[in-house]
Amino acid sequence: MQEKPTTDTTPISKSEAPVIEIKDLYKSFGKNEVLKGVTFSVKKGENLVVLGKSGSGKSIAIKCLVGLVSADKGIINVFGTDITKLNNNELNEIRIRIGFLFQNAALYDSMSVRENLGFTLKRHAKDLSAEDLENRIIDVLESVGLGEAIDKMPSELSGGMRKRIGLARTLILKPEIILYDEPTTGLDTITSREISELMMEIQKKNKTSSIIITHDMPCAKRTSDRIIILKDGVIHIEGTYEELEKSEDEWVRSFFI
Amino acid sequence: MNEILTSKKESIITSVKETFNDVGKVTLFAARFFTEVLKPPYEMKEFIKQCYVIGYKSLPLVTITGFIMGLVLTLQSRPTLAEFGAESWLPSMVALSLIREIAPVITALICAGKVSSGIGAELGSMKVTEQIDAMEVSAINPFKYLVVTRILATTLMIPLLVIYADGIGIMGGYVGININSDVNFYRYTSQVIESITFLDIFPALIKTFFFGFFIGMIGCYKGFNAANGTESVGKAANSAVVTASLSIFIIDMLAVQITDLFF
Repeated sequence: MQEKPTTDTTPISKSEAPVIEIKDLYKSFGKNEVLKGVTFSVKKGENLVVLGKSGSGKSIAIKCLVGLVSADKGIINVFGTDITKLNNNELNEIRIRIGFLFQNAALYDSMSVRENLGFTLKRHAKDLSAEDLENRIIDVLESVGLGEAIDKMPSELSGGMRKRIGLARTLILKPEIILYDEPTTGLDTITSREISELMMEIQKKNKTSSIIITHDMPCAKRTSDRIIILKDGVIHIEGTYEELEKSEDEWVRSFFI
Repeated sequence: MNEILTSKKESIITSVKETFNDVGKVTLFAARFFTEVLKPPYEMKEFIKQCYVIGYKSLPLVTITGFIMGLVLTLQSRPTLAEFGAESWLPSMVALSLIREIAPVITALICAGKVSSGIGAELGSMKVTEQIDAMEVSAINPFKYLVVTRILATTLMIPLLVIYADGIGIMGGYVGININSDVNFYRYTSQVIESITFLDIFPALIKTFFFGFFIGMIGCYKGFNAANGTESVGKAANSAVVTASLSIFIIDMLAVQITDLFF
């Protein structure tokens, strides 16, 4: 367990080279300083859970990772490339390799489930025949256990189904990194557990690296290899679930009650 | 007293600054449209879908308003023309009024209400529910897919709807004339066609492309830049209608000045 690792600049050996490396990330909105020098990394195949109070900048940090929000200062290395220095086309090359599951799944309301999945695939896998495209959509839907929902509209889906379809949409491009923004928020306990298990299945099957932002501690316990907790715009503490659960810091322990 | 005057002065300065700031942002948004419109890939399927939604789905509304415009204009103008014994000029007057001014402006205002608010609400809701962000992280250009297609569709469809409203309005005029007298359809249309020249149609048609462009662009701008929260969706739709309607009157005023200058 490490206290305040934001100043940790220890070089990582080549075999452990991180797929994501964020150094001294700063972001503010007007006078509100959200991130004040956040530093962390994610290794290949690792699941990093990010905890913190609402408004602590967790979502902003992962939005900076895909260029949805531009950082004020800092280095964001993804697959060894500093994305803050890329133009839009170069950034898109990186984005294709990253999946992003939004808090409310962000399914395109005007499209059916088939169109939601095909929309991205058609634009990035232009050499696929119509038959291959359909097969890939069916395969991905079956991998999240919702093959029968292919012709449904998002408005016909429950919260849990929307999350699964959202996950299927991120998986369709076979990403190497998946960013989860509160994947179990608003779901009942059973569905939350199912989604957490699905996330683990996907990670094992596709060997993806993940950053999971959550307030759901059972989800954090199931999915995390490592946890970081954000407080006042910096990383307050870092460690495994078991280490942090036994932390001497009362504020840290309050997350695990 | 002085404090009240100072605070009023400050609030006026702030609102003027905000207006100029908005004009600047809309100009940049329009500039982005012109840089993106020619670059591939071209979202033809979405463009055709938007033409259908904006053009075809507006037909019932444009039909009803166009017909009523022609009918009412005829009924209202008849007594005045009758006073001067100029009732026979009624078909020409109705046709010219409709083609040069009434049909373009009324159709554009109807479309500002229906189309611009619809686009503002749709894109605003997509923004609030992170659907636009979802496109962006999937390496798809949301501006090209959502904005360029809609602006192109309104720019093309509004002129077509205006031409259609012209025709329907003239038919409404025919019905209006026949309420009080018996005029042969062939004679009515012949008189209408004889009175219309290229210089009546061309400037009126050109301005409708600008109406269409601004209706689409303002709807897209308001929706695309909606703040977070569901309240902003309503604000985007409302603000799109008001701004688009105002811009139609401003374009119309400029178009009349330019037409007078050159034709």
